[in-house]
Amino acid sequence: MELDPRIPAGPIEQRWDNCKFDMKLVNPANKRKYHVIVVGTGLAGGAAAASLAELGYNVKCSCFQDSPRRAHSIAAQGGINAAKNYQNDGDSIYRLFYDTVKGGDFRARESNVYRLAQISVNIIDQAVAQGVPFAREYGGTLANRSFGGAQVSRTFYARGQTGQQLLLGAYQSLERQISLGKVDMHTRTEMLDLIVIDGRARGIVTRNLLTGATEVHIADAVIVGTGGYGNVFYLSTNAKGSNTTAIWRAHKRGALFANPCFTQIHPTCIPVSGDYQSKLTLMSESLRNDGRIWVPKKVGDTRSPQSIPEDERDYYLERAYPSFGNLVPRDVASRAAKRMCDEGRGVGPTGLGVYLDFSESIKRLGKAAVAERYGNLFEMYERIAGENPYEVPMRIYPAIHYTMGGLWVDYQLQSTIPGLFVLGEANFSDHGANRLGASALMQGLADGYFVIPYTIGNYLASTKLEKVSADHPAALAAKTEVTERVKKLLSIKGKRTVDSFHRELGKIIWDYCGMARNEKGLTEAIAKVRALKAEFWTNVNVLGSGEELNQSLEKAGRVADFIELGELMCIDARDRKESCGGHFREEYQTPEGEAQRDDENYAYAAAWEFAGEGKDPVLHKEPLTFEYVHPSQRSYK
Amino acid sequence: MPVAGITYNENAMSATASGLARVSRFYEAPVGKKVVMAVTGLILVGFVLGHMAGNLQIYLPVGENGVYAIDKYGALLHASEELLWGVRLALLASVGLHIWSAIQLASASNAARPVRYVKQSPLKSTYASRTMYWSGPIIGFFIVYHLLHFTTGTVHPDYKYLSVHDNVVKGFSVWYVSAFYIVAMAMLCMHLYHGVWSMFQSLGFNHPRYTPRLQFGAKAFAFLIAAGNISIPLAILSGLVK
Amino acid sequence: MTLNVWRQKSPADAGQMVKYQLDNVSEHMSFLEMLDVLNEQLIGKGEIPISFDHDCREGICGSCGFVINGVAHGPRGGTTVCQLHMREFKSGDELFIEPWRASAFPIIKDLVVNRSAFDRIIQAGGFVSIPTGSAPDGNAIPVPKKESDRAMSAATCIGCGACVAACPNASASLFTSAKISHLGLLPQGQPERYDRAVKMVNQANEEGFGGCTNIGLCEAVCPKHISLENIARMNRDFTVGAWSYREATADGGGA
Repeated sequence: MELDPRIPAGPIEQRWDNCKFDMKLVNPANKRKYHVIVVGTGLAGGAAAASLAELGYNVKCSCFQDSPRRAHSIAAQGGINAAKNYQNDGDSIYRLFYDTVKGGDFRARESNVYRLAQISVNIIDQAVAQGVPFAREYGGTLANRSFGGAQVSRTFYARGQTGQQLLLGAYQSLERQISLGKVDMHTRTEMLDLIVIDGRARGIVTRNLLTGATEVHIADAVIVGTGGYGNVFYLSTNAKGSNTTAIWRAHKRGALFANPCFTQIHPTCIPVSGDYQSKLTLMSESLRNDGRIWVPKKVGDTRSPQSIPEDERDYYLERAYPSFGNLVPRDVASRAAKRMCDEGRGVGPTGLGVYLDFSESIKRLGKAAVAERYGNLFEMYERIAGENPYEVPMRIYPAIHYTMGGLWVDYQLQSTIPGLFVLGEANFSDHGANRLGASALMQGLADGYFVIPYTIGNYLASTKLEKVSADHPAALAAKTEVTERVKKLLSIKGKRTVDSFHRELGKIIWDYCGMARNEKGLTEAIAKVRALKAEFWTNVNVLGSGEELNQSLEKAGRVADFIELGELMCIDARDRKESCGGHFREEYQTPEGEAQRDDENYAYAAAWEFAGEGKDPVLHKEPLTFEYVHPSQRSYK
Repeated sequence: MPVAGITYNENAMSATASGLARVSRFYEAPVGKKVVMAVTGLILVGFVLGHMAGNLQIYLPVGENGVYAIDKYGALLHASEELLWGVRLALLASVGLHIWSAIQLASASNAARPVRYVKQSPLKSTYASRTMYWSGPIIGFFIVYHLLHFTTGTVHPDYKYLSVHDNVVKGFSVWYVSAFYIVAMAMLCMHLYHGVWSMFQSLGFNHPRYTPRLQFGAKAFAFLIAAGNISIPLAILSGLVK
Repeated sequence: MTLNVWRQKSPADAGQMVKYQLDNVSEHMSFLEMLDVLNEQLIGKGEIPISFDHDCREGICGSCGFVINGVAHGPRGGTTVCQLHMREFKSGDELFIEPWRASAFPIIKDLVVNRSAFDRIIQAGGFVSIPTGSAPDGNAIPVPKKESDRAMSAATCIGCGACVAACPNASASLFTSAKISHLGLLPQGQPERYDRAVKMVNQANEEGFGGCTNIGLCEAVCPKHISLENIARMNRDFTVGAWSYREATADGGGA
């Protein structure tokens, strides 16, 4: 298979314009003859569904939640980047592009990233016009902050709830189109398969989560914006329902899955408190601006933090990275915390945690000033951990937060199955091996509002699509497969609950394919995941029937897919014999213990093809060329 | 009416049709009913205040001509029968609309919450606010009795037209009548305690600076009205006013 | 710990409270994790686990919510059940867990209710009609910081439905007014401000929610501290909108 990224010709600044001009258009009167399916209603899916309906397409949209407003984009806290340069501090489209390529550790496609930076400015305009209440200065202009160690202030934010506000903006636009009859919305509906006819994506099979009805939906194109797969780790900052099923099913129907091992670990999460733990909660990275991270110098020191004297504390980030200190990038901070805990110097009841201490800031700035900056975060910590961070240092530990990998897409966001478009976190395109803070919201909205409306028109206008009905043999076959699978899950009646499998999978992936990976561990992990898969299909216990709301059944289907994806992640991680971004291979590090890239052999996107059940996946490479930003070693010393 | 290229949401458009339909539509929404309750409530609050001020004249001494001040005031109110009846009709209409809206709102509430919780908890809300549907009917019943007692004299032991002072003293000399009045005034106090600030809220006035003061003012007003009115039967029973 | 949980097999079924005993509840568990543990035990015994809506488990998606001992989202103010932790309760407590009760929120199963009425209220007018691509520059319209902050406070509503659940009238006024305020306070929301208020209030009425009688329980249970002030603003905008409404003058035209 030849991977054609369809990168437009010309200098990078003109590529998107050239592409827009070269693309075919659908006549306004003809748009209403086309039907498009959008799966997922987060920033990417919601924005796409609303924008396409505004253009006149007939949109059918689905989400597994009870309302489109609940998509997990809503939980994003920090902000959204845009190269507006409102602060006159030297920002530009080129600088945002440059920072993103470099931050992604040179494993992203330059043309896509440049387009993302270009579009970023339109996103802010659109969101403001929708009534997103971004933070303002007293003069009434938009406020910005610097985020995630960026040298310019380009992050727009709405308190600590930027994702919520942007999602509500998209949701409201979507609801408007629903009321106008242009979007046919299906809530509590889960996509369980993709229908491919004559090599093109022509529809999906869904299960109505309330009645269990399996339904076939036929369309001229399918758009998937179903988010990332962080829940493969069981414990993550993702929502409990976030899952990989839509993209995994598409993968098994022929869409290539790119860079599955590129996952991001966020350093400031609240540590696990017990084995009942169901998810991890992220606290904004901004805490690292004023908090100091430390562990005891002595191994196995169980004294309370206040009784450990200053000279017996190891402020290890300040020690190892004097110029960036506590503000080193996410991957670096996360790995350092892991090292401390591996050395036996972790804190808290589980030994998996490090202190984030505000006592010095409180002394320097006063409690009131600290409360003003971080009051809501402190309150959240107190609610969850039951300790008052004004008096006792917070305990934090890294947690999986975002997945850079996803279905492979070309410049026009089309997967390797023509007619299947993938947006937002569900695709692999823009962040390379590591995502910068405040860039996820930007990418989801860029794809949904400003890329797909053009590229889908190009696809529809340049493709002759046969009329297909819901009883096409391929559609019926897919539907039968879905119902059979549901029946199978209900009929196993084994001894273990779905959650116990999910926990076990999460532990394997976290231990072997988490913050640090090595060949031996990954090989072991692959064997373990395969064994787990075999046990799952013979020993899982799903009660109830398939004709009602059955949350165990929903979970079972998702966990089955996570298990398969987990295996592919380990395969990809083992295959990539270098360290880059969130992928840290212990065998490949600099003498100082930093990630060591291998640009000569691994400057490519690894796109995996499903070769059939029980067969090894086939690797396809999309070579990455860097014409504008030249690869260099990141250093934060 | 739809213009080419623009799709109207028919339901939403008919929701704001013109003329009479608009008024009925306004009233159909709970907000409209609450506005009616607030406006009529405001009128009735004004009446309650004036009524109490008038009644307190019972404490004024007999005038030079041997006429009680309150009797003189009574005669003044009756100086123009047309005006008196105009005011009475306005008040009756207010009471009627107030009650009618309340009944409709209450029935909407019952329809909206047909199944109650097994376990109830009042949390942070005032007793008065949750019991408006109880204090209201009791006050309504009291008004009927009060009119039969002092306006028509139907249930009064020895009623004389326009002899306000004597009617009041004789009326309140019966202890259980006084007791009923006192209970009714306690109900009125509760009703005003919530109602007086609530009507501002229903009319759309709420401000972080003024609303707490308004709520305090409403409570003070409620106690003032109750205290002023309750003092009269107490003064008569204790022999202070004869 | 003794739990009395509302169990109802389907919308048509009559449900009832069922008593469960759960030991070894850690104070560090969230309320939903406690239910997870109970569910794992139920599955082990071959009993159907309790269904409840939940997703982000960090208090922002608005999926979760039920009534604990008569209080929507439980005893800790400003907190959804997913962020409520068991340290708020004492060992040996008896808890009553019930779904949101409102005819506009029909029960689907156990603690899961159908809140699509909220979506339809938004459909009636809870948006700014601004198609993608037609926006002016973000700084073209200055918005006073104070107004923007107030709009943001109203906009933090997560649509969980606790306000309806707590209200003795099962009124959706706090939810509806939060959106009317959010958009009505901003310059971008002005063109549709009064029509929006009228349409959304009417839709809430048609969905079968009760009227607001200013009791304030909604505000007390709201996990995001949405203020009653928004309801006053809704009342104002609705009144102005209903009485000042004019027909659109459609002259046709165009090429």
